[in-house]
Amino acid sequence: MTQASRKNKSLHSSITLQMTGISKRFGTVQALSDVSFTVRSGTVHALVGENGAGKSTLMKILSGVYKQDTGSIEIHGRPCTFDKPEQALTAGVSMIYQELDLAEHLTVAENVFLGNEPAGPLPFTVDYKAMVSKTVELAKRLNFEIDPKAAVENLSIGDCQIVEILKALIRNASIIVMDEPTSTLSESGAERLFEVVRHLRDQGISIIYISHRLEEIIGLADEVTVLRDGRVVHSELVTKLDIAQIISYMVGRELKEFFPARDVKIGEVCVKVEHLSSDGRINDISFDIRSGEIVGMAGLVGAGRTDVAGAIFGVQKKTSGTITIDNELRNITSPTDAIANNIAFLTEDRKRTGLCLQLPCTWNITLPNLAAIGMKNIIRPTRENKIAEDMAERIGIKWLGPQAPVDSLSGGNQQKILIARWLLANSKFMIFDEPTRGIDVGAKKEVYTLLNQLAEQGKAILFISSELPELFGIADRILVMRRGRLVGNLKTSETTQEQVMHLAAVEAN
Amino acid sequence: MSRFMRQLLPFGSLILIICFLSAYEPDTFLTLNNFMNVLRRSSVNGIIALGMTSVIISAGIDLSVGSMLALSGMTGAYAMIAIGGMVPQEGALVFGTLVGIVAGLVCGLLNGVLITKLKLPPFIVTLGTMSAFRGISYVMNAGQPYNVPSYKYLGSGVVMGIPVSVVIFAVIVAIASFLLRYTRFGRYTYAIGSNREAAFHAGVNVDRNLIYIYTLTGLFVGIAAMIATSRTVSAQPTAGIALELDIIASVVIGGASLAGGRGSITGTIIGTLLISFLRNGCTLLGISTNVQLIVIGAIIIAAVAVDQLARAKAEAGQTG
Repeated sequence: MTQASRKNKSLHSSITLQMTGISKRFGTVQALSDVSFTVRSGTVHALVGENGAGKSTLMKILSGVYKQDTGSIEIHGRPCTFDKPEQALTAGVSMIYQELDLAEHLTVAENVFLGNEPAGPLPFTVDYKAMVSKTVELAKRLNFEIDPKAAVENLSIGDCQIVEILKALIRNASIIVMDEPTSTLSESGAERLFEVVRHLRDQGISIIYISHRLEEIIGLADEVTVLRDGRVVHSELVTKLDIAQIISYMVGRELKEFFPARDVKIGEVCVKVEHLSSDGRINDISFDIRSGEIVGMAGLVGAGRTDVAGAIFGVQKKTSGTITIDNELRNITSPTDAIANNIAFLTEDRKRTGLCLQLPCTWNITLPNLAAIGMKNIIRPTRENKIAEDMAERIGIKWLGPQAPVDSLSGGNQQKILIARWLLANSKFMIFDEPTRGIDVGAKKEVYTLLNQLAEQGKAILFISSELPELFGIADRILVMRRGRLVGNLKTSETTQEQVMHLAAVEAN
Repeated sequence: MSRFMRQLLPFGSLILIICFLSAYEPDTFLTLNNFMNVLRRSSVNGIIALGMTSVIISAGIDLSVGSMLALSGMTGAYAMIAIGGMVPQEGALVFGTLVGIVAGLVCGLLNGVLITKLKLPPFIVTLGTMSAFRGISYVMNAGQPYNVPSYKYLGSGVVMGIPVSVVIFAVIVAIASFLLRYTRFGRYTYAIGSNREAAFHAGVNVDRNLIYIYTLTGLFVGIAAMIATSRTVSAQPTAGIALELDIIASVVIGGASLAGGRGSITGTIIGTLLISFLRNGCTLLGISTNVQLIVIGAIIIAAVAVDQLARAKAEAGQTG
């Protein structure tokens, strides 16, 4: 379709979805304020914005996961209220999340018809033949070939997404929301997906397309709406915008968080990572960090930032590369080695890879440090509790006591338990992966202060974050990752959020 | 809910059973002799349950303990007989005892290595070794027991009025408590059971610790096996059939969670004694062993159900 006809279509087609004046508040955080969002039938509407801009909240309201505080939703001109996700599904809204939601062991056809199986000739049976033929027919309408009898677990991620789309079509979806669908796809996989999306659009279905990859949006979308700080800052036809303009609308979030000042004393090179690769997920990554330096790492979801940390820390296998700390080559094949070599790693998912939730706070704090606090052979609980209490006092953990289970603490305090753990380890090289995710503003500020203190003590810090403002507020230098490669190594004072976003989100030619 | 509260229920039940039996059968139940008898019977199961406690805390399971008991006993007794003519009798008995204990340790080590190196679920590995160990026990002497008539000390010996087996049980209780509460091994065991990924990311050598856990259990089973052999002065290839279920029951009644991360030595002792006293009481009251099975089954389900309920309530209180 030519640019001109795309433009015409957007202007003249009828309105499928009209969200008006949507506001939503979580505790003290105003996630959305007075958001209005219009999607026309048979168009691809891109929704962009930085992490925390409110995209997911808006989509969760549309799909009935959250209920808006104020505002209305109309679909095909009919007002809708969704109290639960099933109601949104019935109204024709289908969500395709990043983590796909398929029954792995069932076949393609069984997944497509899950919950909507056609009845067979006998009671309590299903018409498997009809499911298979209907699946093939639907796929053909999208110009796509898929084996309806293949087990989903054997499909590529791209094909799984197509199964999700077919599932949406069976439910007569008129609006399909796709959340970062290409973040886990290869280039050719992405191309095939775009083909399918165009076919869907030509059949009159509206697609809300969430992505950080801006050139994708330029190539695929008809309209784009930019959110920032829970508000719509711009909504326009894609043909009237270029990537630089979109980026300028996205970034420049107000620096709500106060970033404490730091006495910067950058010393000698402390950490040297050279030619680090891991299993095709990251490729030839080299950088160094000086003592007293905070190096930020930016990149989109799936760019391989956590893989860099994992490969350094021995969580995953390195296929090549070396790590040098204080001019000494370190051989690290497991987290045990990494800790012994003075490295700390605060992981991004504190529930999955961080905490033992039912166990006491003290135990969680001392877990990697028993040898370091002189309890290699025999644990002395009284002294151990004292050490944990001192740490808790130092960083202000609110708990019922050192033996209280960690799951009795709030999210921010749970995060502080992990920070206390790595402070106690007193490592030379500290990796923080999204340390402020899911904690409130006050706790965030305390984390920033701590990072500063650590840097002042001469630690080398790698600070991974998806929030550009905090990277710019804290880091001395910013590394930018894209698709498993390091594409930027910039002094914070000499770069802009626009430039970093451009490196992270736009494919180099 | 505090650890103390969690154990209150099984402990309360234990006291209740003892009071009830004391009131109904004061002449037969409430005697020192009977109590020693119950303790002596508990010692074999209790020692194995102590090992099983660390396995269950680590979110694992060991189904092979019953077969391991038979195999260790058979190996120990075989060693006694084989070396019998060559050394003084006492030397042969000590040697055989050590061989039996080492046999248990090796069985446990094998479980641990298979679980970690082949990355198989403990349920599957120990289901397999349960069958294999039993098979070896039968093959060793063509299904016949080894008789060791002079091997009496561990089973019926007495030290200062206390049965030797009870003394050994007490010593192992102390060792197991110490290991779980005051060593890195114990701490890592809880951590692995609570969240294996988190333990790994905190530098815990998960595989090595798991091997230690299963080996320790094997060692305890080996010791229990020699006590059991001594009690009957023969090693039976049929010893310990379905024993694993009793052991798991004791540990779970004691408040351990099969999902891992939760359990204690105190709880396991209470769980073991609860089942022993129940058996003893039923026998004294003339309730048949068949009916005992029904009663014990009901108790297992009731204990876990009440525990779950109490925890759900505690959690609701926390958030609500």
